[in-house]
Amino acid sequence: MSITLDHISYSYSIGTAYEKHALKDINLTIKDGEFIGLIGHTGSGKSTLIQHLNGLMKATSGSIYYNGKDIYDEDYDMKELRSKVGLVFQYPEHQLFETTVIKDVSFGPRNQGLPQLEIDLHSYEALKQVGIGEDLIDCSPFELSGGQKRRVAIAGVLAMRPEVLILDEPTAGLDPAGRDEILDQIAKLHKERKITVILVSHSMEDVAKYVDRILVMNKGELVYSDVPRKVFANYKVLESIGLAAPQVTYVMHGLREQGIAVDTNATTIDEAKREILKWAHREIIEG
Amino acid sequence: MIRDITIGQYYPKDSFIHKLDPRTKIIGTFVFIISLFLFRNKFLPYVVVIGFLGLVIGASQVPIKHIVKGLKSIIFLMVFAIVFNVFLTSGEVLWQWGILKITKEGLENAGFMALRLTLLIMGSSIMTFTTTPNHLTDGLEKIMNPLKRIKVPVHEISMMMSIALRFIPILLEETDKIMKAQMARGADFESGNLIKKAKSLVPLLVPLFVSAFRRANDLAMAMEARCYRGGEGRTKMKPLKYRKEDFISYLILVLYLVSLVVVKKVSPV
Amino acid sequence: MGIIKAKKLVHEYIRRDEEGNAVGINRALDDLDLDIQKGDFVAILGHNGSGKSTLAKHLNAILMPTEGTLWVNGYDTKEEEHIWDIRQSAGMVFQNPDNQIISTIVEEDVGFGPENLGVPTEEIWRRVDESLRAVGMLEYRSHSPNKLSGGQKQRVAIAGIMAMKPKCIVLDEPTAMLDPDGRKEVIRTITELNKQENVTILLITHYMEEVIGADKVIVMDQGKIVMQGTPREIFTQVEELKKYRLDVPQVTELAYELRKSGLAIAEGILSVDELVNEITRL
Repeated sequence: MSITLDHISYSYSIGTAYEKHALKDINLTIKDGEFIGLIGHTGSGKSTLIQHLNGLMKATSGSIYYNGKDIYDEDYDMKELRSKVGLVFQYPEHQLFETTVIKDVSFGPRNQGLPQLEIDLHSYEALKQVGIGEDLIDCSPFELSGGQKRRVAIAGVLAMRPEVLILDEPTAGLDPAGRDEILDQIAKLHKERKITVILVSHSMEDVAKYVDRILVMNKGELVYSDVPRKVFANYKVLESIGLAAPQVTYVMHGLREQGIAVDTNATTIDEAKREILKWAHREIIEG
Repeated sequence: MIRDITIGQYYPKDSFIHKLDPRTKIIGTFVFIISLFLFRNKFLPYVVVIGFLGLVIGASQVPIKHIVKGLKSIIFLMVFAIVFNVFLTSGEVLWQWGILKITKEGLENAGFMALRLTLLIMGSSIMTFTTTPNHLTDGLEKIMNPLKRIKVPVHEISMMMSIALRFIPILLEETDKIMKAQMARGADFESGNLIKKAKSLVPLLVPLFVSAFRRANDLAMAMEARCYRGGEGRTKMKPLKYRKEDFISYLILVLYLVSLVVVKKVSPV
Repeated sequence: MGIIKAKKLVHEYIRRDEEGNAVGINRALDDLDLDIQKGDFVAILGHNGSGKSTLAKHLNAILMPTEGTLWVNGYDTKEEEHIWDIRQSAGMVFQNPDNQIISTIVEEDVGFGPENLGVPTEEIWRRVDESLRAVGMLEYRSHSPNKLSGGQKQRVAIAGIMAMKPKCIVLDEPTAMLDPDGRKEVIRTITELNKQENVTILLITHYMEEVIGADKVIVMDQGKIVMQGTPREIFTQVEELKKYRLDVPQVTELAYELRKSGLAIAEGILSVDELVNEITRL
């Protein structure tokens, strides 16, 4: 199972002076079970890209194949696609509308036309997955704290049991602990349920910690698509497009410039620590 | 897309019209609209009207393309008016099918109606394109000032209007976002009968209202934090003052009206 | 006395059920003492719900103390007759950039505060020019705020406060809704205002990178001040910060981990260069 984008382009206001190319010839395959980080400056086209993946936006040219089927075929079931490719928008708590948490979460499964028993089952399970306890399910979603609302909204998408989960900056505005909780839950879901995850984020540190592959967008183009350490090795290019590598990348390169033989590929605190300690201990042995 | 609506959005330029006092523009627009209904289906007066409007558009430096774009949003209204006039005016029958008939008068009426509507929208959009909403409400506030004596809260009304203008684009964008978010959860805003459609709007309207209230609350706090306490004791950054250009404009407006009346009198058709 | 001084400040929210009966009391501020000197750049850190926003709203007399006293620029916030003096001396910038811009034109928005204060027209124009220049937004003066980026909108909001000639600016999570560029823009702007115009800055945030340039950092938890000191002093205590649901910048944590593993690295590393120098020195 996979998503394949074949020469996808998207332009606004074609034929007018305001014509703008939001996506330019994107070629990309997302394999089943991947954990992908999508990064890019505001306006780089990453929001446009993710809305193409579940058919909310339609490309001006090119094709998208979901599990080998062309989603732009006339008889393709768009509704089905949207429940297979779950999209969590930025500030998803702004879409809550029901009188109770459980009712809100079951909006998705209800739209899927499932029998009541399954609607309940899927909704309860989704709430459990995001760490919302049974004591909260009959509360009004508007009474919850900011972090809880966010998690209920994410559960609303999870309850549709998507095969692919796309999250647009799921941690925006949360405090550090809240941020780690959400990201850990997503990582756990990815590990246990084997769902494909696409995480849109501004934080290189977060992306480096969780994902298998990073996609970098700039001005509507896909600039990099590679494992984190290879993407971050181009930190100077990243800076030129308004991004940056995680701080540890800079530490490793800084050390290298000072003539210290460490592997500059380290992208997380753990990796960097191991590298630096390896170097320090060798010094001691040699000394 | 909802966002494409250009009607009423300020178009920054530094033209003669932009610099006029908003009161001049409001009164001018008002007079212009009335002038459209002063005469019935006659060709010649329209030449004067179009000439006048052309002059104003030229002086405003707003590209004509931009103004025409604003007309898109009234196409529905226009088609409705045309159909209504074409089929429901009695007179010399040109074509008939069952109870549907097209008359010469109907075609004429429809044509003039469409022209009048187009001119009306273009004329009034010139005012909104060349006047910032704040200026516009300032102008209205000043014009309505005498009403204060009968306890009409003129300042509050104009403040409300300018805030509404500021937030309309934001709320439109928000509507778009919420719609998409609910569609991602399988919501269907299009199919079904009227009742089903109305029901499907709940997931859109509830979040929209919640958001509007939250914004209103935030804004009220931000205004208070900036020492807003009503119109009392407030000064103006841009106080309204008539200048030479405004008197010239009023003169041109009178000239326009006079020539219109004259042309109407002498016009044979 | 400092420009802001709190003595045993308490704020309680009464929780009500659906019928409006009181069912409990939330102590958002709990016996808080605070003394902020003129010209300081103070950062207040705390997780969501730690009481930091409640404190911010007191500084602007939007909320009143349940117990204790708060003085802003020498005025007791409980004295109704000084409410406008207080709001003028401690300007407030909020989180959502869209919900605090009143006007559809940048310069008119900046003029809103002075208009409310009854400042004469020419003086308003002078202040609007000055304030927009101070935040680097002068060239956008006739733009619509809708076309600006989040960071630019926040700078306009800051200019709107500056135009009221405040002694102190309180910023309540001004960067929470911005992208990294916008965040940097806002922090750079307020740092400059602090250094060049000598405005007292009170920055409330939960982004650790933003407090490195502050003179003093205050950490809040459950309505109390639980830590205070220079950024370096605060960032030395990595475990403690994590206990309060906070975090440290990645380099600080790496340095801390290395130190724990026995490397002789100084405490409270704040930047990449510092860490590189420390390791090279070994």
